[in-house]
Amino acid sequence: MEHTEEHAHHIVQPRTYFIIYVMLLILMAATILAAQIDLGALNNVIAMGIAVVKALLVILFFMQVKYSSKVTWLWAAIGFLWLFILFGALSDYMTREWITVFGW
Amino acid sequence: MSVEAAEVHGHHGPPHLCHQFQDMEQQNDSYVIGMWTFLVTEIMFFGALFLCYVVYRGMNPAVFVEAHHHLEIAKGATNTVVLLTSSFTMAMTVYYAQMANRNRQLVFLAVTILLAFVFLGIKGLEWYKKWEDHHVPGPNFSYVREGLPAESGAGAANTSALNAGAAPGEGSMAAKNTVEPIFAQKAELFFSLYFAMTGLHALHIIIGIGIMGVMWLMLLFRHPAVDYHMPIEMAGLYWHFVDIVWIFLFPLFYLIPGKG
Repeated sequence: MEHTEEHAHHIVQPRTYFIIYVMLLILMAATILAAQIDLGALNNVIAMGIAVVKALLVILFFMQVKYSSKVTWLWAAIGFLWLFILFGALSDYMTREWITVFGW
Repeated sequence: MSVEAAEVHGHHGPPHLCHQFQDMEQQNDSYVIGMWTFLVTEIMFFGALFLCYVVYRGMNPAVFVEAHHHLEIAKGATNTVVLLTSSFTMAMTVYYAQMANRNRQLVFLAVTILLAFVFLGIKGLEWYKKWEDHHVPGPNFSYVREGLPAESGAGAANTSALNAGAAPGEGSMAAKNTVEPIFAQKAELFFSLYFAMTGLHALHIIIGIGIMGVMWLMLLFRHPAVDYHMPIEMAGLYWHFVDIVWIFLFPLFYLIPGKG
């Protein structure tokens, strides 16, 4: 196994960090503005969508996962897979009222 | 392979290479994966609270919409800017750690720590307001709906639930009970989640200040461990994680859509 051929430690440049920072601020302004307009359930989708994009920007660039080894990629992604499984508990709460059970 | 390994494992390798690693690349990967393993446990830790939040908001949408109007968006937004800025300055600290520029590291890390204190200060002002408004869950909790008289917290609400069968007009307690007490209980639930989640997040900020403070002192006193950039990078990963948690907390508590 040739470990030497793997990427050298990548140094992210300040310019990249600054661009990401400005994008994060713009997205924050967008999420506040979007919340002022009543779009019903779509509001939640927009707010969480923007939050996910912001989190991805932070993870990929500030936390440098984009430039990290594949193992790091896998590890970071799996963290959110566990979270997804945890939120599987919602399938219980969301389906409870589908069937009427006497005594509940 | 064995010849190469023997060479690397000798005393002539890079100064920060520990003997159990083949090379710096492998050692750095171990740092990052170890830190991410910790962060995964943190994701689960906060994840359980986020799940609670989703379940209870799903059960009481109207209460959450109304109660969230008591939070100040301006302060929440200011804190978001403060924390995003601190994440940026932390990223710059890591950059200068990689460039082995000690002075710039000291400057950017100090700014990051300062911003962390600013965040806590603003949070403190918000919590103080909640304390004054009796919005801290517990025996002193009381919730006033606009145009309606004050309602007491869970303790009193439980009593009122017991008294629900009593004829109306039996003293002031009973009169108070005519205003749906369950609403105050549910508002208390909202504030419980608010304090649990922003409180746990603030605890992470405080721990972050501790970690960054130690790093800063180590840099100041030229501790050999911080000649190597990985410790600062790990502190950075932790700090960015704290930022990500806030990225979700802010819209979930301050920007709940709907009429109420």
